[in-house]
Amino acid sequence: MDTTWRTEAGDAGTETEVWHLRLYVAGQSPKSLRAFVNLTELCEEHLPGRHEIEVIDLMEHPGLARSDDILAIPTLVRRLPAPLRKIIGDLSDTERVLVGLRLQSRRR
Amino acid sequence: MLGAPAPAAPRPPTLPKAPTGISGLDEVTGGGLPRARPTLVCGPAGCGKTLLAMEFLVRGIVEFGEPGVFVAFEESAEDLIANVASLGFDLAALEADGRLVIDHVNVLGAEIEETGDWDLDGLFLRLGAAIDEVGAKRVVIDTIETLFGAFENTAVLRSELRRLFGWLKERGVTAVITGERGEGQLTRYGIEEYVSDCVIVLDHRVTAQTSTRRLRILKYRGSLHGTNEYPFLIGETGISVLPITSLGLRNHVSKERMSTGVGRLDSMLGDGGYYKGSTVLVNGTAGTGKSTLAAQFCDATCRRGERALYFAFEESEAEIVRNMASVGIDLQQAIDAGLLRIECFRPNVLGLEGHLFAMQRTVSEFDPSVVVMDPVSDLLRIGSGADVSAMLTRQVDFLKARGVTTLFTSLNSDHNPGQADQQIASLVDTWLLVKTMEGNGELNRLLYVLKSRGTAHSNQIREFVLTDHGIELADVYVGPQGVLTGSARQAQEALERSDGAARQEELDQRRVNLDRRREAVEARTAALWREFEDEADVVGHLLSHGSTGAEDRADQRLEQGRLRGADEPRTGPNGGGPSDPDGGT
Repeated sequence: MDTTWRTEAGDAGTETEVWHLRLYVAGQSPKSLRAFVNLTELCEEHLPGRHEIEVIDLMEHPGLARSDDILAIPTLVRRLPAPLRKIIGDLSDTERVLVGLRLQSRRR
Repeated sequence: MLGAPAPAAPRPPTLPKAPTGISGLDEVTGGGLPRARPTLVCGPAGCGKTLLAMEFLVRGIVEFGEPGVFVAFEESAEDLIANVASLGFDLAALEADGRLVIDHVNVLGAEIEETGDWDLDGLFLRLGAAIDEVGAKRVVIDTIETLFGAFENTAVLRSELRRLFGWLKERGVTAVITGERGEGQLTRYGIEEYVSDCVIVLDHRVTAQTSTRRLRILKYRGSLHGTNEYPFLIGETGISVLPITSLGLRNHVSKERMSTGVGRLDSMLGDGGYYKGSTVLVNGTAGTGKSTLAAQFCDATCRRGERALYFAFEESEAEIVRNMASVGIDLQQAIDAGLLRIECFRPNVLGLEGHLFAMQRTVSEFDPSVVVMDPVSDLLRIGSGADVSAMLTRQVDFLKARGVTTLFTSLNSDHNPGQADQQIASLVDTWLLVKTMEGNGELNRLLYVLKSRGTAHSNQIREFVLTDHGIELADVYVGPQGVLTGSARQAQEALERSDGAARQEELDQRRVNLDRRREAVEARTAALWREFEDEADVVGHLLSHGSTGAEDRADQRLEQGRLRGADEPRTGPNGGGPSDPDGGT
């Protein structure tokens, strides 16, 4: 994807699996920007060094909305580890994001 | 100005409409759905919403050249393709042609965590992409309320749906949005408040254990529309909204007649019976011989080597064959020859539309020239008069289009036309009424031709007699005592016969008198002739025995001379005249 940022942290945690996250946005809307900022912060904190974030702008690739079955914007998709999980919204509710990504249960 | 005709006001532009191509729906909506606006189609599960929406889309593509997008929230594209294939819609081919996009939005079973502010831009973008892909003019969204099960924040969802319908209008697509019926409102989540241009309500009601589908235009802003509930059928070619009779009014019309099987009825109807391809209604009270009339018609048809199909709602095949054999109509022979088929079923085994299709399938398969439905009034047990009428309209149209002559029988409980008859009276071409009449301690049957389109039919009443060789019609006697039937008719016939005998006797007597008179006249004439002949004899005698006049006169003079000369002695006893040659002089 041409609109891809990579955020990698230096020190790896106990789990070495790399998380592959994809964030679907529509242009540079405030919601989309907020979601990206929230996501990167959250990943820095909880998945340092083992996450990969791909941002897809559906304004540029509207066909992907259908092939990836996206309705709401922004949508965060956990592609790896399986199974696939979807989280919508600007990711401002960190607790729910962690539950949605099943990160909270792992931490406990 | 007074008297000056005002210039015609410019007609306001009529609401542009997108024809659906669905049989009957365009008539009911006055031309189709509002163009470039969303229409809500709602109803309970299984009422045919998805099919109606799909047919709108497919016919739009095939018949009106308007590509379409189908957004499916419930069924997968594969399921949709399979479900409508039986109606002859090849969605896969339309998709391959680039005229249709089926977008299955899978929200069921997906766990979606909401973590803050969101919108449905993803749906807008993918719908927009699909519309652009095929240049769609029509969009179906089936069933968007599924989203309420997927998202928690319904406040956001509602505002997004409102935005979606506005966006669809902006895009200029004619949209059909389906919705599931809810408690106390049209749709489960009240989305009707966002779609205000046109609302169509479908229903699938069960009355008397049989179901009928109905369609109603609840609202059509800016347009006239039918406000009734219209029954509709899902047939082999899609949805048909009833009643639509226009279909039946373009049929080939035959002048050919078909014998009714009853000779005198043929002549009562004019020249030789029912018109081929016409619809006949025989109605009457119980036991008036309606079925017999129908059976005799079938029998006559089969005797000509044509096929007849008899739908019986009351009797089994064996009963019909036995009962008709008792009046001398041998149906078994026709059945064995494969010319007659009797299909028996109770009306309540299927709904009206189910019966319609079952019957039409059998008709298509057997290809008869005569179809009997005995009795159609039984169908009233599974539907209202209007429903039955609509169904029969369909049936008549179907049969007329095939050139099949149809005979319906109908039972009514009193002497007034029954409920079913009033519903179908305008549908039939020939209407025969069989009545019973009580009198002299007996019940007799009368047959009337109430109407017969296009025939110089008899206005007379005939007595309808069931004999051991089928139905016969007899003249009835109408006198000061009223119509005479049965034994009264026979008595009248006897009376007329005896009257005739008396007249004959009188005539004979008069002939005898005349003969006598002739004899008398002849006798008198003979006497006169005899007198005349006697005189003629005398004259003839005189002519032959006497001399000529001159001799007579000479003799006279001589005689006178002799008489004057009295002294001249007589020469003989003969007077000694010169006429006596023996007398010596």
